[in-house]
Amino acid sequence: MRAARQWHDKSRDREMEMTQADTSDVLIDCRSVWKVFGDRNAEAIRAITERGLTKKDILQEYNCVVGVSDATLQVRRGEIFCIMGLSGSGKSTLIRLLNRLIEPSLGQVLVKGRDIAAMDAATLRETRAHHIGMVFQSVALLPQRTVLENAAFGLEVQGVPKDERNRAAEAALAKVGLSDWKARYPSELSGGMQQRVGLARALTSDPEIILMDEPFSALDPLIRRQLQDEFRQLTKDLGKSAVFITHDLDEAIRIGDRIAIMKDGVIIQTGTAEEIVMNPADQYVADFVAGISRLHLVKAHSVMIPAAEWQGTAEGLPRCSPEADIDTLIGQITETGSDAIAVEDAGKLVGIVTIRNLLQGVRGDAVAAAA
Amino acid sequence: MTFNPGAVLAPVVDWLNANFHPFFALVTQLIEAVLGALEAAFLTLPPAGLIALVVALAFFAAGLRVAILVGCCLGFCWLMGLWQASMQTIALVLVAVLIAVAIAFPLGILAARRPRVEAALRPILDVMQTVPPWVYLIPAVMIFSLGRVPAIIATIVYGIPPMLRLTTLAFRGVPADLKELGQAIGAKPRTILWKIEFPAAKPTLLVGLNQCILLSLAMVVLAGLVGAGGLGAEVTRGLTRMEMGLGLRAGLAIVAVALLMDRLSRGALQRERRKR
Repeated sequence: MRAARQWHDKSRDREMEMTQADTSDVLIDCRSVWKVFGDRNAEAIRAITERGLTKKDILQEYNCVVGVSDATLQVRRGEIFCIMGLSGSGKSTLIRLLNRLIEPSLGQVLVKGRDIAAMDAATLRETRAHHIGMVFQSVALLPQRTVLENAAFGLEVQGVPKDERNRAAEAALAKVGLSDWKARYPSELSGGMQQRVGLARALTSDPEIILMDEPFSALDPLIRRQLQDEFRQLTKDLGKSAVFITHDLDEAIRIGDRIAIMKDGVIIQTGTAEEIVMNPADQYVADFVAGISRLHLVKAHSVMIPAAEWQGTAEGLPRCSPEADIDTLIGQITETGSDAIAVEDAGKLVGIVTIRNLLQGVRGDAVAAAA
Repeated sequence: MTFNPGAVLAPVVDWLNANFHPFFALVTQLIEAVLGALEAAFLTLPPAGLIALVVALAFFAAGLRVAILVGCCLGFCWLMGLWQASMQTIALVLVAVLIAVAIAFPLGILAARRPRVEAALRPILDVMQTVPPWVYLIPAVMIFSLGRVPAIIATIVYGIPPMLRLTTLAFRGVPADLKELGQAIGAKPRTILWKIEFPAAKPTLLVGLNQCILLSLAMVVLAGLVGAGGLGAEVTRGLTRMEMGLGLRAGLAIVAVALLMDRLSRGALQRERRKR
């Protein structure tokens, strides 16, 4: 497994180089942000950092509710960043700290390099109007307005002339496939369509960042999956960045480039879906990822036997890249009838995946072995 | 041992009367002028002409059904021979409701935002609704003398509480996510108020307006008692002369005026919704 580890490190180095090269590409920089609700929040935060009190102790001793404690995250340009947590984990509070719908108790949130807490009311409004869009779980459409008027509402509030804002709203509605519904009222639309209007409204103002607060949680599973795929595609096509809140790990994995897992207001682990599934930070995360299908998550480099430890020959074996997922590998094996696959990175043999490795990968044994 | 608040208040009223008479005279003149102009405007056209005009306006503003009802109500007042009195009453109630709403609406919004304001207002509103108007009519008549001004003050005092309470309720009931939406898209507080909160609060606000109008009309009889004329004066006359016919006619005319004002205001304000 040493080679696998090495490959991991290499890719991480590459990632590090990239982030160092483009620090300006960090759109949202959230630095040790705290939100404790209650009059004695400053004392409560000190008690947590100095005495290590838990959420429960804080409620008893200071009558304060810990929403978010010491959250640090970076959202980069073009990435979809998922925040996953169960109800009460503080994820909805965290997303509201990012556009200052909730004032942080401590810490700093930089949006495109500017401290959002230091902004005056007008600058904050300007930032919200042009740079950060938001989509709500409850959709929050205005019932007395048509779909078009709802989609144009953000621009209307900014005082954009009617022709111009309607043109922008029509374009946004076309992107979410609702052009034929623009003259209807929200009550005439299904839940999935309403949420598309919510997304169109956020897109109309053309912000770089879209905050999605559990947008698909109230939808039925089929529609939800469809919207997840559409949303990911649309965000990538338009080059937007998004922060996506969800309580569903499957959803986070489908949508997110990176995932942060929250529990009791703390971000326990941040990483790609594969990193989290292969390398859970603690038992809580491990329990969470236990039921996740690894077919599309686990890649060849994580399950392979390194070339140095392989006694047999690689001659005549089918080839694959280190990034090929287990599903692809199983496909190759069933098609070719071979017992193993050679993993090649840039034309060089780096390892071998056997059927046994694949089965371990599917079950998650490889995770234990790697850790 | 007894305590007589009147002994304390009476000198205050006397003092106000002596020292601020020009101010009160000005208020009286202002209200009289507005009311007089409104009445004159209603009475310049012949009744049939005014009815036709109002019905036409009602049709465009609120639709056919309201237009028919409005025509029937006004026609009834005319046929009962109470045209002039009805117009006086409508003018009085119209001005009273406008002033009551102008006071109650902003205070109601404030109370919805600040629980302390609401806590302070609640006992005052209770007093306004339960103290018999005769009690505060005495100082009002002392300061403004008999006529339409004390009548309109009594009407306003009676009309404010329902409007204020329902305004508070209406703005409290605006869904939090809609307000959050306003903030998240960078709307100014005033824009949030008029484009998000007001439309969402409208159904409850209309109930408040309706209550304000109906309770104001309930004060019309009292207005007649202090010499404000109108349908109230007819009812009072019917009572003092024991003329049941006159009392009944005037009473039914009050009902007609109430129906008219309620349906017309409601229809006109709900117009946008009905477009669907």
